[in-house]
Amino acid sequence: MQNARHFAIIAVLVAVVTGLTYVGLNSLGLMPVEASAQSIPIDWLFDLEVKLISFFFALIMVPLTYSLIAFRRKDGDDGDGQHFEGNTRLEIVWTVIPLILVIVLGVIGGDNLRQVRIVDPQAAEIKVVAFQWGWRFEYPQGFSSNKLYLPEGKQVVLKMESQDVLHSFWVPEFRVKQDIVPGRVEDYRITPIRIGEYKVRCAELCGTSHAYMEAPVIVVSQADYDKWLTDQTAKAQLEAAASAGKPDATRGQKLYQESGCKACHSLDGAKGVGPTWKGLFGSTVELADGSSVAADEAYLTESVKAPGAKTVEGFPANAMPSFSYLTDGQVADLTEFIKTLR
Amino acid sequence: MSKNSSRSVGSVLLFAAAGFIAGFLVAVLLHTLTTGKFESAYLLDLPSWLLGTLLAVVGLLYGMLGYWGVVRGIFWQVGGTLAGAFFVTLVRWLLNFTGGKYSLFDLNTFGFTEPAWVFGAILGAVAFLVGVGSLTDWYKWAKGEATSEHHADIPGWRKYFGVSLDHKVIGIQYTFTSLVLLSVGGTFALVFRTELAKSGLQIISLQLYNSLMSLHGMLMIVSILLGIAGVMNYLVPMMIGAQDMAFPRLNAFSFWIAIPAALLLLSSLALGGFDTGWTGYPPLSARAPLGMQMFFVAVWFAGWSSILGALNLIVSALRMRARGMTAFRMPIFVWASLATSIISLTATQLIGLSFQLVLFQRLFGMPFFDAAKGGNPILFQHLFWFYSHPAVYVFVLPGLGIISELLPVFVRKPLFGYKWVAMSSLGIALVGFLVWAHHMFASGMNEYLRVPFMYSTLLVAVPTGVKFFSWVATLWGGKIRTPVPMLFVLGGIIVFLLGGLTGPPNATVSTDLHLTDTYFIVGHFHDTMFGGYIFPFFAALYYWFPKATGKRLDEKLGKLHFWLMTPSFLIVTLFMMRIGLLGMRRRIADYDPALGFDPWNLAITIAAFGIAAAVVIFFINIIKTLRSSKMETGNVWNSRSPEWQVPSPMPAHNYDHEFEVVGEPYDYGLPGSVYVNMHPEE
Repeated sequence: MQNARHFAIIAVLVAVVTGLTYVGLNSLGLMPVEASAQSIPIDWLFDLEVKLISFFFALIMVPLTYSLIAFRRKDGDDGDGQHFEGNTRLEIVWTVIPLILVIVLGVIGGDNLRQVRIVDPQAAEIKVVAFQWGWRFEYPQGFSSNKLYLPEGKQVVLKMESQDVLHSFWVPEFRVKQDIVPGRVEDYRITPIRIGEYKVRCAELCGTSHAYMEAPVIVVSQADYDKWLTDQTAKAQLEAAASAGKPDATRGQKLYQESGCKACHSLDGAKGVGPTWKGLFGSTVELADGSSVAADEAYLTESVKAPGAKTVEGFPANAMPSFSYLTDGQVADLTEFIKTLR
Repeated sequence: MSKNSSRSVGSVLLFAAAGFIAGFLVAVLLHTLTTGKFESAYLLDLPSWLLGTLLAVVGLLYGMLGYWGVVRGIFWQVGGTLAGAFFVTLVRWLLNFTGGKYSLFDLNTFGFTEPAWVFGAILGAVAFLVGVGSLTDWYKWAKGEATSEHHADIPGWRKYFGVSLDHKVIGIQYTFTSLVLLSVGGTFALVFRTELAKSGLQIISLQLYNSLMSLHGMLMIVSILLGIAGVMNYLVPMMIGAQDMAFPRLNAFSFWIAIPAALLLLSSLALGGFDTGWTGYPPLSARAPLGMQMFFVAVWFAGWSSILGALNLIVSALRMRARGMTAFRMPIFVWASLATSIISLTATQLIGLSFQLVLFQRLFGMPFFDAAKGGNPILFQHLFWFYSHPAVYVFVLPGLGIISELLPVFVRKPLFGYKWVAMSSLGIALVGFLVWAHHMFASGMNEYLRVPFMYSTLLVAVPTGVKFFSWVATLWGGKIRTPVPMLFVLGGIIVFLLGGLTGPPNATVSTDLHLTDTYFIVGHFHDTMFGGYIFPFFAALYYWFPKATGKRLDEKLGKLHFWLMTPSFLIVTLFMMRIGLLGMRRRIADYDPALGFDPWNLAITIAAFGIAAAVVIFFINIIKTLRSSKMETGNVWNSRSPEWQVPSPMPAHNYDHEFEVVGEPYDYGLPGSVYVNMHPEE
């Protein structure tokens, strides 16, 4: 009889605490805004889990706290508590019910993953290159950018590659995260649904400046997106026409920013992971094997495409990844840029 | 074994003084020789004083050789490291690796390069074990010489600083070392937490941040491994009525191999640090500074400690129990120790192996994980997590065992569903082996693998739930007392509950794609570690301190420790999870001020100092208690467990007769029942 009263009080309290915990947590605004179609099922599942968390939190905390008050030792009472060793039926209940819950949650979780991974065969491709420590976005229209522009309401598939170590593509407002493994192309499908400016933040520790490996992600309307594409394409063509196939220092500077050169090579003479580019062209470079070489076009081209061939005195060997994917024209642009750094 | 003929304090100081004078004179002499003339200013030069002080420390340590085996071990480790490094340098020079351009002693470019350091580190660790004396008996046996079964320990506190075969001494050695590493790892956390208090970089560089953050992780892991080894070593033989562990020399070896490992781990900070986190993922770890290699070698040796310690514990628990102690009459802590040791024995190899493969990739150009040469970076993650996920159950199972062990004592009721609680430990250990790839949902592994690993991960909730329900049912209808150990037990239950409840969102794949690699994970993980290890570990220290020393820790300071640490800790992890959900990535030295996380991070930092202050109070309590003369040698907590049926502190070989188990371990409230009959022959 005594127990029945205890249990009734606890049942009421569990219901109240569950409700209060859920309302309290929810009122905090747990998640960032939903900016992708994928974020909607994810937030739905997370909300379900917050409900479960609130319930089980109450289910343990209420009887625990209640016992601490109701079954506290009275002053002067040095006796023992009631002697009961267990209850097999109860143990089976609290093994089987959670087991069923877990399986149900698994089924829901699997279906939720399916919703997140729905493929639109029409999705436009954009190439993403991650490097220490930055992002480059290459559009099929033949230009590249430091900012990722995306159209609202259309699925895009990002073809993601890494130039050096593991990175991870994460825009918190998009929810979904994908690591990028060197030597592979990772597909990342996302459907932006909210116009605005966000940031992609590298989520996999990638070395010294990991914290700063961020780039703007800008979701615009389809019309604005098309306009941006046209503008960028025209701009790229204009630049190419202006130099008429000749090496161009401005393009070289852009490559320096977007390809990751700047992570290791300074422009102001400061010593970085690699040698500075200031005054490099035309100088005589001391190599680790004791010989020296003139920094001409041939040496610079080799250093970009096969960096392991020669090691500069005082710098670690094989520290630089190969940039052999750059075209001869791009390497010439870089060299042209280096020439301007007197 | 430790020499009994030790020097007097006076002669130790004499060595130090001689060291200083020698160093000072050598520095002045060198200075005079290089400049060709002597000037009195040389006597005040910094180099002279530095070299003098250095040699004074060496002299001091040398003088203490007879006192402390550990000092001799460190001497040997330094010597071994230098010998190994010189050897490799010499071989490379003889093989003409640099085309004869550099001389043998050109340290910057040739001598003491990475291969030399790695070989030196390995040889140094082995030399430590020789120097400290943990191989001496085995060496004698190999030569066919006999040794005595037990070696008498030096009386007093000095026995803790050399090789002892007594499981209680080794248990205290483990625990002490664990607390030292906990303090170092915690201090590192305070340094980088201070950096994070405000956005922007203020006090440390990016590289130092990465090194400290990475070392915090591994130091704490080693600290936890040593802490659980300490508690298990101290308690299990006593609880099962054994004189010692099954293999006392292996037991000492398992402890002492962890010391050079810890020193190597710390040395990585001086050798360039490393920036990969404790997970050491390639390709980043394949190109990190030299400190990375020291980290790999350190973990490799620490792994041996864990594997051999687990082997010893399993054999002891299976083979050395007192008469009448059937499997289901073992104290519940022994069950938990057994479950944890099964994981340590069988999974630790994988982390050692995965790090060893990266070490080989760096040293020998074997491209195991180099995609450009046919290797696979994801393979590393599988190997690594195959240990490192079960490892978290290694960390928490003994703690959960301590909770189950202490609850009945303070509630004065039997542990509810003893068999279910015992089996749930084995269940967690078993399922724990099948969940490793849930760390890799976003890694780019085969996509179809994610769903089965989601199911196996969710399954862990079932045996864990059994423990929670059983604990609450144990409290029900008891007469609950709340001295300091019980406070930490309750704190452990609540904090572990928070850790457990925040688990499922990481288990379901789609939500984890948002949560992984954020501060949410950091908060969740610290909840499980504090609830499953730190709180129960402190409960155990407060509870069994009288058993080890005959003195009881101060209740007032203990309560202050608890009531300062618990709210501080809750602020740390709840706020971490809060900003993690909103976009705070883990392992970043700086964050975008536009995110608005500054006040949250400031609060986390302040609360982290609160935890540190609470731990300092704990240390003050220990020192104060040890210095007081008030003895508590009886059954302080009115427990049924055999170790409390004899006076404290426990004598060298535990019980003077074998006891017999005649009842259930936790039958509190059953009149006339006892667990053990201490004098069965009478």
